[in-house]
Amino acid sequence: MSRNSKIMDANEAVANVAYRVNEVVAIYPITPSSAMGEWADQWAAEKLPNIWGTVPHAIEMQSEGGAAGVVHGALQTGSLATTFTASQGLMLMLPNMHKIAGELTATAFHVSARTLATHALSIFGDHSDVMSCRTTGWAMLCSNSVQEAMDMALIAHAASLESRIPFLHFFDGFRTSHELNKIEMLTPDDMRALINLDRVFEHRARGLSPDHPVLRGTAQNPDVFFQSREAGNPYYAACPKIVSDVMDKFAQRMGRRYGLFDYVGAPDAERVLVMMGSGAETVEQTLEQLNRQGEKLGLVKVRLYRPFSVEAFVRALPPTVRSLAVLDRTKEAGASGDPLYLDVVNALHEAGRSDGLRSAARIVSGRYGLSSKEFTPAMAKAVFDNLTSDAPKNHFTVGIIDDVSHSSLEYDPEFSIETASAVRAIFYGLGADGTVGANKNSIKIIGENTSNFAQGYFVYDSKKSGAVTISHLRFGPEPIRAPYLISRANFVGCHQWIFLERLDMLGSLTEQGTFLLNSPYGPEEVWKHLPARVQAQLISKKAKLFVIDAYGMARETGLGSRINTIMQACFFAISNVLPPEEAIAAIKEAIRQSYGKKGEDIVSQNLKAVDESLSHLFEVTVPNAAAGEAAQLTAFSSEAPQFERDVLGTIYAGRGDDLPVSAFPCDGTFPTATAKWEKRNLALEIPVWDPKICIQCGKCAMVCPHSVIRIKVYDSRELSRAPATFKSTAARDKEWQGLNYTIQVAPEDCTGCGICVDVCPARNKSAARLKAINMEPQPPLCAAESENWRFFLQLPEVDRRKINLTSIRQQQLQEPLFEFSGACSGCGETPYLKLLSQLFGDRAIVANATGCSSIYGGNLPTSPWAKNAEGRGPAWSNSLFEDNAEFGLGFRLSVDKQAEMARELVLELSASIGDELAMAILCALQEDEAAIYEQRERVQALKSKLQVLDSAKARQLGSIADALVKKSIWIVGGDGWAYDIGYGGLDHVLASGRNVNVLVLDTEVYSNTGGQASKSTPRGAVAKFAAGGRPARKKDLGLMAMSYGNVYVASVAMGAKDEQTLKAFLEAEAYDGPSLIIAYSHCIAHGINMSTAMSGQKLAVDSGQWLLYRYHPERADAGQSPLLLDSRAPSKRVEEFLSQQARFKMLARSNPEVASRLWKQAQQDAVDRFRLYEGLAQQQTSDHKDKQPAQP
Amino acid sequence: MTDLSTNYMGLQLRTPLVASASPLSHELAGIRQLEDAGASAIVLYSLFEEQIRQDVRESEFYLHAGSESCAESLTYFPTPVDFRVGPQGYLNHILRAKDAVNVPIIASLNGSSFGGWTGMAKRIEQAGADAIECNIYFVPSDMNASSADIEKSYTDIFRAVKHSVDIPVAVKLSPFFTNMAGMAKRLDEFGADALVLFNRFYQPDIDLEHLEIRPNVLLSTAQDLRLPLTWIGILYGRIKANLAATGGIQSGQDALKLLMAGANVTMMCSSLLRHGAGHIRQVEQEMTEWMDQHEYGSVRQLQGSMSQLRCPNPSAFERAQYMHAVSRMPARIV
Repeated sequence: MSRNSKIMDANEAVANVAYRVNEVVAIYPITPSSAMGEWADQWAAEKLPNIWGTVPHAIEMQSEGGAAGVVHGALQTGSLATTFTASQGLMLMLPNMHKIAGELTATAFHVSARTLATHALSIFGDHSDVMSCRTTGWAMLCSNSVQEAMDMALIAHAASLESRIPFLHFFDGFRTSHELNKIEMLTPDDMRALINLDRVFEHRARGLSPDHPVLRGTAQNPDVFFQSREAGNPYYAACPKIVSDVMDKFAQRMGRRYGLFDYVGAPDAERVLVMMGSGAETVEQTLEQLNRQGEKLGLVKVRLYRPFSVEAFVRALPPTVRSLAVLDRTKEAGASGDPLYLDVVNALHEAGRSDGLRSAARIVSGRYGLSSKEFTPAMAKAVFDNLTSDAPKNHFTVGIIDDVSHSSLEYDPEFSIETASAVRAIFYGLGADGTVGANKNSIKIIGENTSNFAQGYFVYDSKKSGAVTISHLRFGPEPIRAPYLISRANFVGCHQWIFLERLDMLGSLTEQGTFLLNSPYGPEEVWKHLPARVQAQLISKKAKLFVIDAYGMARETGLGSRINTIMQACFFAISNVLPPEEAIAAIKEAIRQSYGKKGEDIVSQNLKAVDESLSHLFEVTVPNAAAGEAAQLTAFSSEAPQFERDVLGTIYAGRGDDLPVSAFPCDGTFPTATAKWEKRNLALEIPVWDPKICIQCGKCAMVCPHSVIRIKVYDSRELSRAPATFKSTAARDKEWQGLNYTIQVAPEDCTGCGICVDVCPARNKSAARLKAINMEPQPPLCAAESENWRFFLQLPEVDRRKINLTSIRQQQLQEPLFEFSGACSGCGETPYLKLLSQLFGDRAIVANATGCSSIYGGNLPTSPWAKNAEGRGPAWSNSLFEDNAEFGLGFRLSVDKQAEMARELVLELSASIGDELAMAILCALQEDEAAIYEQRERVQALKSKLQVLDSAKARQLGSIADALVKKSIWIVGGDGWAYDIGYGGLDHVLASGRNVNVLVLDTEVYSNTGGQASKSTPRGAVAKFAAGGRPARKKDLGLMAMSYGNVYVASVAMGAKDEQTLKAFLEAEAYDGPSLIIAYSHCIAHGINMSTAMSGQKLAVDSGQWLLYRYHPERADAGQSPLLLDSRAPSKRVEEFLSQQARFKMLARSNPEVASRLWKQAQQDAVDRFRLYEGLAQQQTSDHKDKQPAQP
Repeated sequence: MTDLSTNYMGLQLRTPLVASASPLSHELAGIRQLEDAGASAIVLYSLFEEQIRQDVRESEFYLHAGSESCAESLTYFPTPVDFRVGPQGYLNHILRAKDAVNVPIIASLNGSSFGGWTGMAKRIEQAGADAIECNIYFVPSDMNASSADIEKSYTDIFRAVKHSVDIPVAVKLSPFFTNMAGMAKRLDEFGADALVLFNRFYQPDIDLEHLEIRPNVLLSTAQDLRLPLTWIGILYGRIKANLAATGGIQSGQDALKLLMAGANVTMMCSSLLRHGAGHIRQVEQEMTEWMDQHEYGSVRQLQGSMSQLRCPNPSAFERAQYMHAVSRMPARIV
């Protein structure tokens, strides 16, 4: 039978099978498995049937725990059900997994294996999550490639139904889940052929039904539990044979043969590796080459890891084996070995009774590839080489330099097995510039329209704005099985000129390779603008250099800033992947297919761009000599502290792989205030202040998402050393009379979002187009403004005690202790965090739920959380996604306990300390900045006194004395956390009555994982997992919190009413109890113009889509209603707001009838909500008189 | 019984009262109300050229903004297979409107440049529209463009639309041509089935508080009917194309004046927005009463009776009467 070949990644391949052979699909987003759920949801929305002709139910749950629960329930009632997950999500499924296995229930979960968070979170791939499931009783089946992932997904479901053992099917996160490769598609008939319908009927028959009732899930006592637990043993004993039989059946139909353990290599191999996952492909390719050179090497690929068949494993080994290296892609700290190694040791030990030869083999253990660390042929060779030693290194690592425990194997990075027939291309792009999209398109063109094979893998950094993307593409006549990055490229494309200074792109270019550069300079002048280092590399490699001004062309052809089509056409024109004419025709056809639905305009623009590209592409003659001396790449300024420069700077420069173990802290602790060293120079335009127009309101600084707009007032004498272009004017505020005032922009840190211009209320009276702050091109301003910025920074900060915090124009003088984050340009979350950091940062501890804010807040190499001149600033940590409220409550309890203990000791030691100081410390209320300042002075005095007291209690007090200064505990996270996965914990923490401040950055969607719906997603919005438009009303988290009566609750939108936001933050923090601020945060996932997003917030409030209010329990004490409605009655229709955002408009385009209904309901929601709150705000205070605050 | 029926572009209409393009036709319910109130045909709200282009660009831009940048969020939106950008919603609306009512549905295409959007006309025809009203609206801000070029762009657009469909095509114009009659003649020669006189000229306003230019559409008043009345009166009988009057029709008397000037139909928008769809019924009643009182048997009887060709004093449509009118103006108008 001929089957279609398609280009896809493993997530799509697996979802294709899982969706088709199930009836209920429970989903929840988590990287890197989210796409599987997204596919399932989308197909369900499109009414795609499964292999039995019915459309599966796809349901998003509040957490992976919830998804597992739903699956468990569906299975128990006789349906076929599945889910997808990874990492922490898999951990949340563990309790249900134990149950499902204990009940011998057929199912398969599909896991794109990802690192478990330990000293740090990592979204990348290894086996630490799946290895944590070894005790669940699930079968574990591993795929090593995209094709295998599709095949094994089917085998897992089929074998599970046959065996009644649930299957955990896994493949390497990112490396396999996200690799594009050409695969042969399984058809619905293939699936029907593999799935035994009788077993399906038996599964259904076991389902709970009142028509044949049974009891399952009993509680058992010591008398019988043990025996019952052993009763399922025969099923496990039978499982390997069943899997083997299903694999044989699969091979008969499909021609691809798998075994429980597949041996590849020399039949008489003496050195053999044992491993599973994508790395096995690398080893196989490597040993094939080495064996051709006369080596005798082998590899056992573990497919069915659980139940582990000792017999099958031993049988797979060649009888000649002398030494074995077992490679684990996980770390089990403290164990006598990593898990697969221990299984192999045990297998050979047990087999030794019958097979003395194999069991005599020497076995060593190695660890590789944690968190997607590259595992290359060179490393595979090093592992084989280690086995040649008389005393091979055991418990080794490979792929890193371990200069602490000296575990690492050395390898020759020059060793390569890449074939000459393949085209290997690397492209460097800027996130969202279209580079990756174009490359994915190229792979499809080649892979699906020619007999050639194609592979694509894409490396992203962790910035949301200005991220570097590196695309690795291979094309060739043979199937491509190379799950590692390209180290020798015969084509390198640089799509952004700014990378030339920052990245070493040509290091991987082969001799006589081709370098395509998107250059603002033409062929005649480009050479002199190239860094000398790049010139030298081009000369030494005898490279061909091509240039095109893609941005200029994109503007001319109406494509704006998207250069994808242009660069793709150039690649095909000069790479020789296909004959140029054939390639160009294929691109054009792809354009028609991709953009056909989007209108003739877009199609013709792109077709024109293709033709124009070819006439604007020029080869540059490479001279014989470089123009200057090659300078080393430097990342951070020499002013940066050594650790920041040597370690973080190296990571920033893309050379983190080179750092040895000793470079890192042992516990994941890193300095803050490090984002300032990056100087990313992203902005094409930056804001320029016009002091003559400025009314000094401070709004521009307040909304700046990246904290690059700063304000200071200072004595004019400071200006004596000012640079020539430094701007200054007289301060307008009466309290600052006689002082000078400056708004300064950090030109190299600005992302050019333009939000500041949108909110500026002051217009130039002679040219109303201009405001007091206007965007102007960055390059000509950069040098002078950088100098001004440096001068500005060394101007003294205003004494915090003298700032009126209730006035934005004064409050914005507070130094931000959150700056230059890598959040999206124009982010709606970060202005709130910056405000928090200004107001309370020098005494704040932040518990941050996993999500966007934890990524731009704490993803290496740098952090935007900063410190002031005294070294104080927010202390920050991220625990998990689901437990953040509890994590923050832990901070509170800890800090309170330390403060209480310190006060007890102060009282006890008052005679030694001095009664006056002791009483002053104990009686300090610390209600404002001045009082906190004074307390800090007292604590300093206390510490000085304690130093001369030689007693255990004095030392005790010294260790916790800082706790005597008031601390501000902030629990920060997005709506995915607060409304969904963390809601139970949040609810409990709010009910605790403890003094914590919860800030919900409400983007109304799971932003970080790519826009999946949460319970905060408003009615009518299209989101992933709500592809048909969210039908339900947004959950009213604030109202739920208010029901406790003693929780301060505020709903804010900075762009709508900044003064109200400021008041809410101040009130929340001052309130001695739990506070909840729900902050409307616009987001790129809304499909909006980010530069006018603050105006969008105003529209949200004006239309009643978002309410502004503050519920202050203490207001009831003053005889007022606790609820103060800060919104006026809606003056605009909700439709006006909805029609500004693609998330709503999408539905109007895809399903106008549903959109029309939901938009009307959304209008009614807004009316109902306003009426409800209006009523609550008018309620008599007697309603609240009886309510007493809960006691901590 | 008074016969109000009329013929417009080959469409037999019960009365000459047609609902012109307005937000009232955004919803099916509104369209049904218009029919119930007696509208003899309904011109749907306009599909704007800019809307088609902007829809396409917006969806392309926002659906990809920020994509393929961060490993966790490679995209931000699902991509449904059945994703209709641009005019699909409008086409569906035509389909549903045709199902919902019995009166003819006239689609309105509003644009100002020659381009792919005119291809929409075919799809509008396929969706079932009975006719197309091609609203060509151009603000000639280019100081280098000649009047001839600008006028040619009008005829080019019209011809492209007319060429692509078999249903009747009307052209809705602004009055601001150096030679309005000449423009009408050229469109007539190119096969315009009707001229709709006139569209409302977009004149933005200044928001003094916020120093911003605000779009501001002013509803017409009865005084506004003088301009269409003038030109319909002049054109009637001189061109083959039918004439539709729009702008300023508040009462039955207003409609009658325009019909007498030579209009085949009178289109209403502002008065319906002010008073609701039911206002059509009142206008029809006023017309009937007046015609009964004055013993007119049918609309056809009075159509064009006061046009320049047939009225008692043809010069009243021209400069001589202007001079006369100005000279009779009182020195001070209170």
